[in-house]
Amino acid sequence: MSTILADLNYWVTVFLLVGGLYIVVAHGNMIKKLVGLSIFQTSVYLLFISPGKILGGTAPILDDKYTLYSNPLPHVLILTAIVVGVATIALGLALVVRIHESYGTIEDDDLTDLESDT
Amino acid sequence: MIAAHLPALQVVVPLLAAPLCAILRQGTIAWLIALVANWCAFVISIALVLQVRELGIISYELGGWAPPIGIEYRVDLVNAFVLMVVSGVGAVIIPYARKSIESEIPRAQRGWFYTMYLLCLTGLLGVTITGDAFNIFVFLEISSLSSYVMIAMGRDRRALTASYRYLIMGTIGATFIVIGIGLLWAMTGTLNLNDLADRVPAIEEARPVLAALAFLTVGISLKLALFPLHLWLPNAYAYAPSAASAFLAGTATKVAIYLFFRFFFTVFGGEGFFDSTPLPEIIMVLSIVAMFAPGVVAIFQSNIKRLFAYSSVAQIGFITLGISLASEPGLTGALVHIANHAIMKAGLFMLIGCIVFRLGSMRLEDMAGIGRTMPFTMAGIVVLGLGLLGAPATAGFISKWYLAEAALLQGLWWLVGLILLGSVVSMIYVGRVVEIAYFREPSEKVAGLKEAPLSMLIPGWVLVIATIYFGLDTTWTVGIAQDAAASLLSALY
Repeated sequence: MSTILADLNYWVTVFLLVGGLYIVVAHGNMIKKLVGLSIFQTSVYLLFISPGKILGGTAPILDDKYTLYSNPLPHVLILTAIVVGVATIALGLALVVRIHESYGTIEDDDLTDLESDT
Repeated sequence: MIAAHLPALQVVVPLLAAPLCAILRQGTIAWLIALVANWCAFVISIALVLQVRELGIISYELGGWAPPIGIEYRVDLVNAFVLMVVSGVGAVIIPYARKSIESEIPRAQRGWFYTMYLLCLTGLLGVTITGDAFNIFVFLEISSLSSYVMIAMGRDRRALTASYRYLIMGTIGATFIVIGIGLLWAMTGTLNLNDLADRVPAIEEARPVLAALAFLTVGISLKLALFPLHLWLPNAYAYAPSAASAFLAGTATKVAIYLFFRFFFTVFGGEGFFDSTPLPEIIMVLSIVAMFAPGVVAIFQSNIKRLFAYSSVAQIGFITLGISLASEPGLTGALVHIANHAIMKAGLFMLIGCIVFRLGSMRLEDMAGIGRTMPFTMAGIVVLGLGLLGAPATAGFISKWYLAEAALLQGLWWLVGLILLGSVVSMIYVGRVVEIAYFREPSEKVAGLKEAPLSMLIPGWVLVIATIYFGLDTTWTVGIAQDAAASLLSALY
């Protein structure tokens, strides 16, 4: 039990990662797939942020008073990754709108049938 | 003065040209901007190759910040070679794109197409040139997002679903790559590839590092469409606008293959580590299946663009086979085939685009007898097809020669047989196209066709001639690739 609590952030990461990927694979609805994809990407944010935090650490200030500080790098990286994630989901949703306009459905199975007809 | 800033300009020129296209919107002006930017990028990449050959590895500090803090662009022979291939293929496609895009994309969207094209080029060049692991991810997503848009601009409504599926698969791949990079960063505290190459060998046996290698391998395999992770590729290439198909088929997967080189032989490069993992065997088996299964599927396609898209998956198998051998001739063969396949496949998709331009259909059945009404286009397709199956005096022969040599060197006689057999499979699908185009009576529709316009035909034929030229004179392909392979194996970076 204590080992699970000590690494809680990693367990949550793994849970979100596997859960998100499962939704992408298992659901036929294109919006739900994107939701899964978003959860999947979120797990990575946590993976990067957790090793950057040190308990009791301050912001990285160049001063003799502060010796223990958290690494600012992962926050910057993940800000970038969030931007990339938002762009991806936005583009994905735009595509779903277009697909709905031209096919009238956003279910993967129905689309496969419609495509094999033409 | 400018010579010192070439690595930054390589990425910045197309990056700045992209919003310019977006603001101006107007198709022809956007096309001109794209043309100039792409040609500048090509000239810069050639200058970089010459610089690296003369002075050795170039390290460029972006914004003047020294490497561990700032982002470093690092150019060695391997990525200089890939930069030249990517921007060179783009430079030939862009003059072709104008007519082709005018017939396939509505006027209001043409400016956007060139914007996306330039962003995609920026991303691909950025992935190749950067020396920073996280930067690789960012540029990879720039190129991927813009290629999803380019694919979705195809006329057929199936382009939309193809683009969506590519988006899902591509994002999973990219996220796997970030997870791999994140684990490496957590273990070493650096994102600089050169520093990683120094620090990773000491902890290679640690579980998170092995997990990082696994995540990176799967993520990159998704991006390069290694069998069986290739399912997004055939429809994406088939329904994209012709110019986009040609560009993506020639360059996008090649850049992902470059990442394989970089991670396997530079970052995880120490003391035959790659050989000590089960990776060479896994990749070899997947490559061999890739040489045959998609090749056989290609034989039964009724859509000519899908046919050659499946053939791309098969050809990627040949390239990864060279990587799995991890010897100097193997890597040389793989690198040379990156260039040769980029030239041949881009050429094929361009000439097929010529047919689609005149005929308005991608169905093989509709193309009966087209060799008589569009002789130059079809002749080009035949030469490039011969290149694909590796006929002597074409570029394809050279790469397969090195792969076979690498197999022989390790005493793998059966592998040589399989490489030859793989060429036989390509012969069947190329043969089928030739049979339909030349030995059938043209239908009324085909009989009334004219030859493709010169502005499309000439760029296509430039690549046809390049295929023959690089089959005879290999100083610019094998000459560079051999040195690049040697530097990869000695983990120089």
